[in-house]
Amino acid sequence: MKKQWEILVVDDESVMRESLAAWLAEDGYGVDTAASGREAVAKAAAKDYAIYFIDLKMPPGIDGIEAMLEIRKLHPEAPVIIMTAYATVDTAITAMKEGAQEYIVKPCNPEEISLLVGRIIKVKNLQRENLILRQRLAKHYSFHDIVSKSAKMGEIFDLLKEVANLKSTVLIQGESGTGKELVARAIHFSGERAERPFVAVSCAALAESLLESELFGHERGAFTGAVERRRGKFELAEGGTIFLDEIGDISPKLQVDLLRVLQERSFFRVGGTEEIRVDVRVIAATKVNLQEAVQAGRFRDDLFYRLNVISIRIPPLRERREDIPLLARHLSERLAHELAKEPAELSEGALRVLMDHDWPGNVRELENAIERAMVTAKGRVLTDDDFAFLRRDAAPPAAWPVPDNLPLSEVERQVIVATLRRTGGNVKEAAGILGIDRTTLYDRLKRYGIER
Amino acid sequence: MRQIETALARALGVAVRRLPPLPDPSGAYDASRQQYSSTLIMRQALAGLPADLDKLLLVTERDLFIPMLSFVYGQAQLDGPVALLSLARLRQEFHGLPPNRQLFLRRACTEALHEVGHAFGRVHCDEAGCVMALSTNNQQLDLKGGAYCTSCSVLLHDAVAGAGAAAQESRTGGKT
Repeated sequence: MKKQWEILVVDDESVMRESLAAWLAEDGYGVDTAASGREAVAKAAAKDYAIYFIDLKMPPGIDGIEAMLEIRKLHPEAPVIIMTAYATVDTAITAMKEGAQEYIVKPCNPEEISLLVGRIIKVKNLQRENLILRQRLAKHYSFHDIVSKSAKMGEIFDLLKEVANLKSTVLIQGESGTGKELVARAIHFSGERAERPFVAVSCAALAESLLESELFGHERGAFTGAVERRRGKFELAEGGTIFLDEIGDISPKLQVDLLRVLQERSFFRVGGTEEIRVDVRVIAATKVNLQEAVQAGRFRDDLFYRLNVISIRIPPLRERREDIPLLARHLSERLAHELAKEPAELSEGALRVLMDHDWPGNVRELENAIERAMVTAKGRVLTDDDFAFLRRDAAPPAAWPVPDNLPLSEVERQVIVATLRRTGGNVKEAAGILGIDRTTLYDRLKRYGIER
Repeated sequence: MRQIETALARALGVAVRRLPPLPDPSGAYDASRQQYSSTLIMRQALAGLPADLDKLLLVTERDLFIPMLSFVYGQAQLDGPVALLSLARLRQEFHGLPPNRQLFLRRACTEALHEVGHAFGRVHCDEAGCVMALSTNNQQLDLKGGAYCTSCSVLLHDAVAGAGAAAQESRTGGKT
């Protein structure tokens, strides 16, 4: 069907524009027209046409070559046919150098234009077939909403399938935004527990006492505000999976409680005496290196070994850059649904920017970037300009101006004072931020005469 | 003209009426090209279109062009009221060949059906033998079989019936 292909005819002369549009419509193509270069670019931003017929001379505003260059920014592969009434070699060479697919001199033979359009449409049909095949391939490269074609992720997919039906505890390690919860969900929903609950808990979000109650529940009157008995996440996940995110952040007391659950498969509600037995698979995740935390004494080694039965390390996005185009298209399609918009296409320039970025926030950062570009872009094709914010955000921070004649001890004192101010005088938190233990921090406070 | 009228009536099952000749379309003449602008002729015809017609086929001996192309055999408004056909290039003598009246009449009927087919909403057909196939030279034109293919024929009869019903409704003020 030719009708599925739309052609844009751009000419400031209405007779020229309308007559060519009518001729192409008779041939079965959908045809749109634009009376100026600017109108053409605006229309191209909203829709990608199969062929662009653009008149070379179009006063005032932007001429045919400029319009073609703007359209090429939106659609790098756009087939552009430059039309001119003047058969000069110079303009023909310029048009072809700037990327015009063809250059025709008005008037041309109907047979010539018919063959030209037919040839371009043949290529477009092949490109469409290619796109369909690529989409089928994308499905092939996905596992429960995790999209990847990298070899490293392929090994993880294989591992996920193998461990899905086991009861063994899994520890997922990976930087922020790498999709640790997606991996946990994939294990749960591809295994025998898929019909049972998947309960996710972020251990970093809650204070120790709240987290304890959240995980194990509490009895009525267990603490101020406990007006009724409440079941915890472990009970809610009965028969299914509990996902403990940011496990590296839990307190030493909770580490002991958790170890007991993993060993005994039972626990007590806060304030309770009844032992509760559960059948729950535990999947834990962390962005910190737990082995280092064990060596530094911040994490119990027995708990680490209990958790680390099956270990999965998700590589950061910068280690699997080949996934970026695939992920970008996948996310654009998913976000289009959420934003009630057409899926965005990504220009070659945009893909280049995405490939060059380091993605410290990984897939989540990529998703945010695509959403931001889709919301702010003028057309449905995202260009490198739509991702200019990535370059700005990635700019290195201004260098810290180092004052003259400042002793190192004074630098240390000022940093400690500033950190304590930020944590509201919380020594434990300040020590964590400064990367020293509490004893060392107390020692420095005494040495520099700092009051909390 | 008689052959064209007969061909249209037979192929589409419509009543065909011949109108008096229109004045010479001198305003549409382009001296530099020595041809007539089909777009301008159609604009003039649209302005004076009789109210009791469903479709109007204009037939001229003048050679036609649209600005983009060196010539056109004809032009039509897709699913619109006016179609235009030039007989100039259908004659062998235009191309320096001996006259062939039979061939000329066959080409004229074929292209009349083609342009009126556009006016009833049909676009070019992929069947090389169908009169709705695109032809950009006389060789391609002569390959056409002189009739609509089955698919175009069925769709055109539907379109003709639809146009007739719409016209009837419009003439009776929307009452059926």
